Amino acid sequence: MLSEAETDALLLSLKVSFWSLLIALPVAVALGWVLARKDFRGKLLVNAFLTLPLVLPPVVTGFVLLILFGSQGWIGGWLKAWFGIEIAFRWTGAAVAAGVMAFPLIVRPIRLSFEAVDPRLEQAAATLGAGRWRRFATIALPLAMPGVLAGAVLGFAKALGEFGATITLVSNIPGETQTLALAVYALLQVPGEESAVFRLTLIAIAISVLAVVASEILARRARRGLSATERAGDA
Amino acid sequence: MLDVDVRKRLGRTALDIRFESAGGVTALFGRSGAGKTSTVQMIAGLLSPDAGRIAVGGRVLFDSDTGIDIAAPQRRVGVVFQEGRLFPHLTVRRNLLYAKAAGSNGRYGGVVGMLGLEALLERKPASLSGGEQQRVAIGRALLSEPDILLMDEPLASLDAARKAEILPYIERLRDEAGLPVVYVSHQIDEVARLADRVVLLSDGTVAATGSVDEVFTRPDLMPLTGRFQAGAVLGARVAEQDAAGAMSRLAIPGGSLWVPSVPLPVGSTIRVRIRARDVSVALEKPERVSIRNILPGAVRSVTESDGPFRTVAIAVADETGESLVAATVTANAVRDLALEPGVAVFALIKSVAMDRRSMALPPRDEIVT
Repeated sequence: MLSEAETDALLLSLKVSFWSLLIALPVAVALGWVLARKDFRGKLLVNAFLTLPLVLPPVVTGFVLLILFGSQGWIGGWLKAWFGIEIAFRWTGAAVAAGVMAFPLIVRPIRLSFEAVDPRLEQAAATLGAGRWRRFATIALPLAMPGVLAGAVLGFAKALGEFGATITLVSNIPGETQTLALAVYALLQVPGEESAVFRLTLIAIAISVLAVVASEILARRARRGLSATERAGDA
Repeated sequence: MLDVDVRKRLGRTALDIRFESAGGVTALFGRSGAGKTSTVQMIAGLLSPDAGRIAVGGRVLFDSDTGIDIAAPQRRVGVVFQEGRLFPHLTVRRNLLYAKAAGSNGRYGGVVGMLGLEALLERKPASLSGGEQQRVAIGRALLSEPDILLMDEPLASLDAARKAEILPYIERLRDEAGLPVVYVSHQIDEVARLADRVVLLSDGTVAATGSVDEVFTRPDLMPLTGRFQAGAVLGARVAEQDAAGAMSRLAIPGGSLWVPSVPLPVGSTIRVRIRARDVSVALEKPERVSIRNILPGAVRSVTESDGPFRTVAIAVADETGESLVAATVTANAVRDLALEPGVAVFALIKSVAMDRRSMALPPRDEIVT
């Protein structure tokens, strides 16, 4: 029912979103914890910088990324020289653009849920002999898990739909950088492709709804884990 | 065993705390804001003193002179917090086994048994009552194999019934675990029941240290120990049982007291707390009166107290010794009876004022007359 080009766009979108999330999520967890727990000079600036992708026109963000990640750019040149990774006009670039645009949305719920974890529990863990990493891994992270899941799902959905920064950074190359959103845009330029547009639109809606429902279920399960008796099988 | 000598500025209060404990249960007693919790946090490594030294059993945990400051996880100082602080996402069993040492030292079964936790192991903290949560918190701290156990008002958030439920467990802990305990509280009845020694804190400094009986009976300290809570804590011996009247006679140095039946054999030692507000003063021995305990003595001191009240310390004496009993009376009564040091008086103590909560078995090795 989908043409080959449409299938490519769908699979590419999933791949791009998956990788952007894989890179962005650990960074977001670390940053969310730091912002929730540490006071340092320039925290306000970091916060403002984090919000930029939300408030800047996506095209501008895309252009900044092009400067940074182009093969002559600071980061782009370094990635190419050391890892052989090319960003400009590649699907990897689409993942970078999606990750950067989604990052503020991923960090926010994670930060909020770390803030909601009672630091006195970590103190108690410290008196029981748990060092910094063990406290993070066994107390802070599990208790913040609903926020981490919420951030991940929100980020995934955002990455899936990213358009402006992506098209600016990596253009709209079928099979390489043409994600679902870019494919819809491209098809809209061609008369008589309305049915293809509709199909892709429905797919985009279906994936988003699935993601949001999945996050709700996960969050509910995480919440229930805090209150009720653990089921016998889990013990 | 425990040596504390620390200074710390916290906002407007300057803490300067010095005390030692040789083991057993040491109570840190004082009003809120006196510096009790900060002291506990400094011993546990959760708050850093500005200067000073802390050592447990000869092991230096903090010393500003030599720059030693062992991090909390390495201190081996167990803490039971007022709010329990159980990990909400873990079962009781996994809370108990959280400390790395907990599973391997073979004490798990013993601790679970001593604290009566068998039926709770698979439950989550949110489904436990406050008293159950505190029992789990105590077990969790014990299983981390601490060198010393700090209990920061572990009963403060519990109602009277829950307190009564958990106190026996703490008594067992004191008598069976052989672990030095620092017990923070502002409740004299808890302290009298559990502690050997008291460190009385006031405005960030140590106002007095000594045995429970000494500190709580000293009239000059009663403004600190609190008027409504003030009273004497006396070592006593069960001297006679009156089964028909359901009463027991306790021998105290300097006299005897009839109290509601104490379920202990004659000869047992017990600690009894007589609250100052349950004691009246008479110049002549009253006849035909319902009060069972009329003890002759002499006024030792009259101390200012808040508002219209005065605390009168009365030395009750006979050939067996002497005890100090405190009475809270009004300033008008002091004036009308011309109470001043040396005046011969009778201390009237209502038997019904002494319930189960004001009597406790003293810690094991305390020697009582």
